[in-house]
Amino acid sequence: MLSTILTYTGYVLLVIGCFFLVVSSLGILRMPDLYNRLQAGTKASTLGAMCTIMGVGFLHPEWWVKCFLLTLFILMTNPLSSSVLARASLRSGVKPYKLVVDECEEYYRKEKEEN
Amino acid sequence: MKISRLFFTVLFLFAIWVLLTGSLRYDELITGLFVAVVVSLFTGPLFTRRGIYHLHPKRIWGKVVYLFVFMIELVKANVDVAKRVLSPSLPLNPGIVRVKTKLKEDMDKLWLANSITLTPGTMTLDIKGDELFIHWIDVKTSDVEEAGEVIKGAFERHLGGVQ
Repeated sequence: MLSTILTYTGYVLLVIGCFFLVVSSLGILRMPDLYNRLQAGTKASTLGAMCTIMGVGFLHPEWWVKCFLLTLFILMTNPLSSSVLARASLRSGVKPYKLVVDECEEYYRKEKEEN
Repeated sequence: MKISRLFFTVLFLFAIWVLLTGSLRYDELITGLFVAVVVSLFTGPLFTRRGIYHLHPKRIWGKVVYLFVFMIELVKANVDVAKRVLSPSLPLNPGIVRVKTKLKEDMDKLWLANSITLTPGTMTLDIKGDELFIHWIDVKTSDVEEAGEVIKGAFERHLGGVQ
């Protein structure tokens, strides 16, 4: 009984994870500029990867601890890397798409003048 | 202070080692401890600034509560992204806003920045001292205080713990 529940939970998690991974790749194709692409890419791929790995953990309970650790590592490093990518492209002058407000530009200009 | 930093790093690395190997045999434990000590001799000062202060029960409890709050936000964020990506009109209203944080610890700021990146429609671009620059996919306000309340919400309260 218990193993059936675990197996089905695992499969459901795998399907959800795959769905979010598809959404993230679609987002990367559809969004207009780098920053919006990173937004879609990071969020959806983080949850997608986490769900997939947890699903594997449910299907193979003996790997559960390792799978849990993996999800924690992804949780910590995935958003960090996308933040760093966004920061680097902003500093090297990649123009964002149709901004409504931009408080950053002025700040960077000041910083450049000071140096 | 130095000992406390070292101790915390060794403890942290050793816990990860035990969880990854998943065995309690003496030889593996001793190897793990050795590796943990060597690695933390090099990286201890970079890894943490206040050492075992991080093991304060209130702080650990705060982190646990925070993890739950955060998971709910993460799912919300993904539903939001899925809606945006799958809708034919692609609703966007992007902007970069500035937010001030009260957190002092570098580790806490990292967690806050990470959570902002993973919550609906926001992504951290840069941190300068106590100011965060945030790319917001659907800007509602450009006021520092208001934007802070909307974006940081409950996270900062849970992360702060004891200062």
